[in-house]
Amino acid sequence: MRTSECDVVVVGVGGQGVILISEIIGRAAMLAGLSVRGVETHGMAQRGGSVINHIRVGCNYSAMISPGSADVLIAMEPAEALRYAHYLSSEGVALVNTKPVLPVTVTTGQASYPPMEEILAPIRNACSEVRAMDATGLATKAGSPQATNVVMLGALSKHLPIEEATLMEALSETVPAKFLEINRKAFELGKIEVE
Amino acid sequence: MVFILREYLLGNVAIAKGILEAGAGVVSGYPGTPSSEIVDFLAPLAKEHGIHVEWSVNEKVAMEVAIGASWTGTRSVVTMKHVGLNVAADPFMTLAYLGVGGGMVVISADDPYCHSSQNEQDSRRYAHFARVPCLDPADPQEARDMILRAFALSEEFGVPVMVRPTTRVSHARSDVEVGSPGKRKENPSFEKNPPKRVALPVHARPLHVELLDKQAGIEAALAKEVWNKAEMRGKIGVIASGIAGLYAEEAIAELEADVSLLRIGTYPMPREMIGDFLERVERVLVIEELDPVVEEFAEMVAKERNPKVEILGKRSGHVPSVGELDPLTVRNAIAEMIGLPKKTAPEMSPEVLSILPPRPPTLCPGCSHRATYYAMKKAFGKDAIYPNDIGCYTMGVGMGTVDTCLCMGASITVGAGIRFGGEEKGICAVLGDSTFLHSGLTGLLNAAYNDARMTVTILDNSITAMTGHQPHPGTGCTACGETSPSLSLEDICRSLGVGFVETADPYDLESMIETFERARDHPGLSVVLAKQACVISAIRSGVRRPKFKVDEDKCGGCKKCVRFGCPAIEFDGEVAKINALCSGCGVCAQICPQKAIEVVK
Repeated sequence: MRTSECDVVVVGVGGQGVILISEIIGRAAMLAGLSVRGVETHGMAQRGGSVINHIRVGCNYSAMISPGSADVLIAMEPAEALRYAHYLSSEGVALVNTKPVLPVTVTTGQASYPPMEEILAPIRNACSEVRAMDATGLATKAGSPQATNVVMLGALSKHLPIEEATLMEALSETVPAKFLEINRKAFELGKIEVE
Repeated sequence: MVFILREYLLGNVAIAKGILEAGAGVVSGYPGTPSSEIVDFLAPLAKEHGIHVEWSVNEKVAMEVAIGASWTGTRSVVTMKHVGLNVAADPFMTLAYLGVGGGMVVISADDPYCHSSQNEQDSRRYAHFARVPCLDPADPQEARDMILRAFALSEEFGVPVMVRPTTRVSHARSDVEVGSPGKRKENPSFEKNPPKRVALPVHARPLHVELLDKQAGIEAALAKEVWNKAEMRGKIGVIASGIAGLYAEEAIAELEADVSLLRIGTYPMPREMIGDFLERVERVLVIEELDPVVEEFAEMVAKERNPKVEILGKRSGHVPSVGELDPLTVRNAIAEMIGLPKKTAPEMSPEVLSILPPRPPTLCPGCSHRATYYAMKKAFGKDAIYPNDIGCYTMGVGMGTVDTCLCMGASITVGAGIRFGGEEKGICAVLGDSTFLHSGLTGLLNAAYNDARMTVTILDNSITAMTGHQPHPGTGCTACGETSPSLSLEDICRSLGVGFVETADPYDLESMIETFERARDHPGLSVVLAKQACVISAIRSGVRRPKFKVDEDKCGGCKKCVRFGCPAIEFDGEVAKINALCSGCGVCAQICPQKAIEVVK
């Protein structure tokens, strides 16, 4: 028996706005009258470390998503997509931003950053569909690379059991008014990218 | 009239809202992941609600402030992380004897898996140790509800009540029903009553008896709580506490299995309920985070009620004894017990994962701690002993200047012990300013008093950075933003008896190295204050320094700057490059032997 309508795992690097995505989805779910659970990475891992958030829409249990059961994996960073790909269910979808954030282990030459294809191939084997996109480029086009997270949210929107208008309402409640237009555009570009 | 609102809240915010609803008048705490957001959320609201909210200097202090407040009849709360309760254990243990006035709630947030901690201790053990009730929430809603119940219970029995969220409750978000803020008690006053307030032996002995006599009543009151509930579905059962109860509920629903479930949320545990459950099952799996507290109790109850029942759990190896639980682990433990196949997560092969570069948390671009460590190593050498402490700076472990980390303040004291133990090499202990004020002062006094020949470096960034930039007495303001008396760490160190005290700016590498050299050569105890604002606070307060770039014609590719380890410096195979993360500290420019790093004009 399914215990949640939609399980989303959001991963990235501390500072990429992963928590904002959870916040918008959570608010939207509430507006839609759905129960919602989430869990965030705070503390030590935020200092440039890898972060993972779980969001469960239409769920009354704990906020934790089990490995092998996420319907969608949103990765703000490609290497992080692979690091957490085991959360995906075999029917799941991965939405991957292709813009790398080099960890200090790479910049200091202790490790190297793998080619994009080597990252994406094993994720393709783990789920039903991988949508790789230059979300950071799309966000820049919308007006600010800071809106990368909202591009990813736009790409996610059709997978959520929430109306687009409700997501937009939650978006406008969450982001500062002066950046709303950029974020609307970013959302739209993300949505079109996966159509 | 109480209005109930439904909001999407962080667990710690749900707790904070519960505190407001309960009409608490005093809230104190010391920052510590995963507990910090409770006071963070309440401090800006303190004025509006007429309550006193403070970041205290340490957890013992915070606990005692909350105790004093409670003794005026005001409801009070103290918040901390699990290891903070070790610091506050002294007042906590005796408070249970003396009892409270107004309801007092002790929030001790546990961190299974040590996401941001030095150990995995279980606060429920402390509650039991002190004979204090403990409520163990499974999610943000329960956390908010339990806060309200905790105050009432505390006042009913005159004891403090512990609420123990775990990381996955404190940092979970969910739709939570909250009510409107309550009113704090009017006309608070301290009433003199030595037999109840003065822990002299003559008072403590009868108070101990009183505390033990209260236990049966507390247990009976808690047994009826909604957080303890049994659902009978068959002869095989699960007993699960706190968040593990939710995991078990979900696993049983997903497996569509006829497994009975008893959820436990309160301590002392409902003995009768557990006994009844054990009588009706043949085999039971006990699931809980951290220590086998429920499991050991169930084994004890089974001896009286059903000695034949088979009890599985951590002791039988069915549930892991370390780390944190998750729904899959719980599902598989239940599946194994009832003979259903385990579910294996689609693991990536080690070969696939080996292509991934590690991404450990690191010091920020431009963090002055990195520069301090660099200078320290230049002066003391790689063979010197570097006792370290709890804070962001422990992340410098890769630089070779972090040799020990035990608990708050232990850098100085462990360092002194290493000297007295007979180590002859140079010793340079390191701790942050917040940690120094928390529990380094007594250690420094002791080092001066007992003449420990060593250097102590205080990384003074004027903030408690690791936990989210909370102010402390060195910051110049309180949790609520009020200006506080200015503090001189130099004067404090001198007055504790330290003969050599000097301050230097880590961004000025040469002077930092020279200061360390003088401290190293000082014949007794020396203190170096490495003073520079936390780079995150500086950026937030509007400080903008010009960025730096590498002149590629001058760069010889020696990688000296790259090895410094700042995330803003990259190597492209031939020459170094400075990326957009540069905050303009300029330390790399001072390291470069070719003078190839310069300010962007």
